[in-house]
Amino acid sequence: MKEKITGSEALMRSLEHEGVKTIFGYPGGAIMPVFDALYDHLDRINHILVRHEQGAAHAAQGFARVSGKVGVCLVTSGPGATNTITGVADAMIDSTPIVVIAGQVGAGLLGTDAFQEVDLVGVTQPISKWSYQIRRAEDVAWAVARAFYIARSGRPGPVVLDFTRNAQTELADYEPVSLDFIRSYDPDPETDPKMVAEAVRLINEAQKPLVLVGQGVELGNAQEELKAFVEKADMPCGCTLLGLSALPSNHRLNKGMLGMHGNLGPNVKTNECDVLIAVGMRFDDRVTGKLETYAKQAKVIHLDVDPSEIGKNVPVDVPVLGNCKRTLALLTELIQPHRHTEWIESFKPYEEKEFEQVIKKEVYPSEGPINMGEVVHAVSEATHNEAILVTDVGQNQMMACRYFSFSKNRSIVTSGGMGTMGFCLPAAIGATFGCPDRMVCAFMGDGGLQMTMQELGTVMEQQASVKIILLNNNYLGNVRQWQAMFFNRRYSFTPMMNPDYMKVASAYGIPSRRVMERGELDEAIREMLSTKGAFLLEVCVVEEGNVLPMTPPGSSVNYMLMEC
Amino acid sequence: MLIQIEDMENKTLYTIIVHSENIAGTLNQITAVFTRRQINIESLNVSASSIKGVHKYTITCWTTEDIVEKVVKQMEKKIDVIQAHYFTDPEIFQREVAMYKVSMPEFQSNPEASKVVRRASAHIVEVNPTFAIVEKVGMSDEITALYQNLKELNCVLQFVRSGRIAVSTSCFERVNEYLAHREERYRNGK
Ligand SMILES: Cc1ncc(C[n+]2csc(CCOP(=O)(O)OP(=O)(O)O)c2C)c(N)n1
Ligand SMILES: [Mg+2]
Repeated sequence: MKEKITGSEALMRSLEHEGVKTIFGYPGGAIMPVFDALYDHLDRINHILVRHEQGAAHAAQGFARVSGKVGVCLVTSGPGATNTITGVADAMIDSTPIVVIAGQVGAGLLGTDAFQEVDLVGVTQPISKWSYQIRRAEDVAWAVARAFYIARSGRPGPVVLDFTRNAQTELADYEPVSLDFIRSYDPDPETDPKMVAEAVRLINEAQKPLVLVGQGVELGNAQEELKAFVEKADMPCGCTLLGLSALPSNHRLNKGMLGMHGNLGPNVKTNECDVLIAVGMRFDDRVTGKLETYAKQAKVIHLDVDPSEIGKNVPVDVPVLGNCKRTLALLTELIQPHRHTEWIESFKPYEEKEFEQVIKKEVYPSEGPINMGEVVHAVSEATHNEAILVTDVGQNQMMACRYFSFSKNRSIVTSGGMGTMGFCLPAAIGATFGCPDRMVCAFMGDGGLQMTMQELGTVMEQQASVKIILLNNNYLGNVRQWQAMFFNRRYSFTPMMNPDYMKVASAYGIPSRRVMERGELDEAIREMLSTKGAFLLEVCVVEEGNVLPMTPPGSSVNYMLMEC
Repeated sequence: MLIQIEDMENKTLYTIIVHSENIAGTLNQITAVFTRRQINIESLNVSASSIKGVHKYTITCWTTEDIVEKVVKQMEKKIDVIQAHYFTDPEIFQREVAMYKVSMPEFQSNPEASKVVRRASAHIVEVNPTFAIVEKVGMSDEITALYQNLKELNCVLQFVRSGRIAVSTSCFERVNEYLAHREERYRNGK
């Protein structure tokens, strides 16, 4: 049965057909017909008005990361569209499924430098999984179906739909489209049985296996398969930043975080293991350190859904292509049970060393100003390690990821590959819509908060229950730390003047509290958590604190500074 | 302008054959893979393939096997790219076509001229009182050699050469089988 409707109405119905219930957006001239159509769908679609389109993109990311669903943004052409670009690039490098729908000038004006015209497809092609211009109303259903399929399948990523104004208003037949096949695109490449056999042989023979857990495990919804796999062969794991909640923090085989500011154990052991099994991770340079010395002694098995990741940075001996939910189960069935007691024990001295030299001072100090680590630890404990952690970028991010613990999957939302300051607040807003029943704790720095601080308006209007923990050190701390370590303490433009955040919060009607004394911290956290809705907790932390341990740039992964 | 003389050691001339859906913007995405890795494209030919709706790209570049492998994978990652493969010269039959517009008075006044053309197995495809057009199909260096020879006779007015086109020696368009296999897997999965 067909009926003629406008392209805008077709968009609404297509979104509903994809199960969309939440949209983050901001109106403008070139998208007005769509916003007008939206007005009749508000009983089924909840539109969240952000305060800046970058916020819409990050909110969609936060929504997608915690819920596993596709996040949706709706913005106008020109500046509305370009404002989302940081979010699109961020979603690309962190494999987050979002669909950005942007208005565009009418097809007749394309290429004329019309008002608010920007070649959005051209601009976003290199930073999106797919970008497409809809020029005719009759293409809407197909384009939306294709967009959602591409965004969510295989290795997820951002899709951009550039919707010309004429296509929004023209009439066309509408019939819902469901799409699950594109002949030029293989979201789950075939697994070579020979490679599986070879991986099984290596794992069975391994004396010192190490598993690297990436976000692919969460994206593939393979958390249980991973657990079964590592438990059967008794293999210790290190998690990437985005993979932190794929395996519970307190699991006996979880040896902590990989990378530059990760835990000493898994980093050192990367260069000692005999078989390295990477699952849904991409050997980012923040994880590997110097490639020339990275895991040279080990046979490398790489499970990934994206063939272009195999051998991209680290040579791979045995590639196992395909969705890791499938391939992990396949391997688990074929490998033999094993005990690696001695090997697992050998992590202990490194854990103790890190505790003595770094963690004890950071998390359990007896005097001096408050540390970031102790704040994070206290909040994590107070939420029984069950909350969603959203972070910004900088020292606050590294400290939050080091000292927050996870017991539930899909609990870490952070900008990994891009390191986008300003990501946290809007992403946290998105997370509250993605998982309305979960506690969302958003840790940010004074620099990062000010990059997207306008989204406090969205928090206010939506009564979004974001627990904002501002770790205020009066510095662009991460850069300051590098200046201290590598630029002779020349603090070029890293001290920063701050506003009175209590006044800022109160202007938005958000309850807040500032903590300067250690003795007040626990009580303030209790107040934050027991207050209904949003809360801004500003903790004035040590100004010149440093994130440790640290693998200095260009150093080998097993070389970590314990002090600086 | 600063021209960087690249270290050509350890580099090989690879021919990359790409099949993609005929969708606007695909060429951009394919060339962007080279730009990102700072690889110069030596030649590029795009045309319809034997399969309806599928375009075929023949691209040559100097690089290493390690890099060309990554380049090909990154191209295949693009949604509308069906397949990409790389080949070395022994693995393909390849040709280029060139046209040489020569000045008729000069050409006729020198008895060497028509010998040069014949020796090169080139054809004269257009003749009039002012100019002639010589057409040559062949390998890259043959085309260059003919240009040098004609230039020495001082008769070349214009010269143009195409990008390389190539077919692999191993099998016919693998892309046929690939598409059939994809559709079959999809049906079986249902
Ligand atoms: C958009 C953006 N601009 C600049 C940077 C570079 N940068 C990384 S961390 C950092 C400092 C962050 O300061 P703050 O938000 O106060 O966090 P802190 O490190 O002090 O915890 C800067 C400037 C970035 N990552 N993103
Ligand atoms: Mg700061």
